Amino acid sequence: MTPPRRRRRQTERPSSPQPPEPADGEEPGSLERLYTIAGSADGARAELDLVTLIVARSAPPPTASPEQAAVLRLSAAPLSVAELSAYLRLPFSAMTVLITELIAAEMVQARASIARQALPDRSLLEAVMHGLQRL
Amino acid sequence: MDFNGSDTLPGPRTEDHLPHTAQAAVKLVIVGGFGVGKTTMVGSVSEIRPLTTEETMTQAGIGVDDDYGSESKTATTVAMDFGRISITDKLVLYLFGTPGQERFWFLWNRLFEGALGAVVLVDTRRLEVSFDVMGRLEERGVPFVVAVNSFPDAPRHPVGELRTALDLAPEIPIIECDVRRRASSKDVLMTLMRFLHSLALSGSLS
Repeated sequence: MTPPRRRRRQTERPSSPQPPEPADGEEPGSLERLYTIAGSADGARAELDLVTLIVARSAPPPTASPEQAAVLRLSAAPLSVAELSAYLRLPFSAMTVLITELIAAEMVQARASIARQALPDRSLLEAVMHGLQRL
Repeated sequence: MDFNGSDTLPGPRTEDHLPHTAQAAVKLVIVGGFGVGKTTMVGSVSEIRPLTTEETMTQAGIGVDDDYGSESKTATTVAMDFGRISITDKLVLYLFGTPGQERFWFLWNRLFEGALGAVVLVDTRRLEVSFDVMGRLEERGVPFVVAVNSFPDAPRHPVGELRTALDLAPEIPIIECDVRRRASSKDVLMTLMRFLHSLALSGSLS
């Protein structure tokens, strides 16, 4: 049996209009566009990614809201935004708003995620390969 | 924001804690149609039980949902399963599984931002599901490999035939796998990493 064949996508797809692609890679209507974080190493604004690691700076203070306290307890050891979102059952966009508030209040630290690079660092790729080989 | 504390999952088990030395994380994306085995693959290599993060899009007129009740606001919720592999005491790898259908592409900007690369997981019984996905990845410049999940009752095609059917460039690896097996899933990930490494060496990754 011959498998079905893929036809290359055409540049024009009038039957399925695409949402406009914002220049910085954010989807329209997302919340965290309003909440970007200053202070990455190069002074550029860093945004929270699914895999940004979050670490609590302290135990939850009495003034913390229940949801803030939950994040602080969970992130006593480093934890990604995606994991926090999963454990707290909050959608990613809501999670980033909450974490951004905590960063602003200096209650958590966001560890720098590896910035998008046109050319991923070879040593990074090699480290991942070595790690996978040990699986 | 609604927050219902009783609705949360139990937190990470003690053995699920990352060391305090963990500094950074990278991600790979596994993309494919429903039922193709994305979550199985994540689960077979993950050091934590697969978790689910959700994203909701509630906005009228985004475009992809125009066919479905464009008069009212559309609410699309997509669950992405993911897992984790500690690479070193400083570096962590996350694997995200995401559905490939076009109506979920609103997720992709965030998901692929900074991702090292992707695995397109293919079921030969529904090969056409992966066509648009590969076109989309090519448009975005996301490097990917193709992994054919070997379902027992699925038609087997020689790799050359699949490459022709998928219209894949000769350098893009195609690998057969059984994602239920950890070793096989690991092979797929290693194939992707070696491919990314070769692209980095040749300087052709854009």
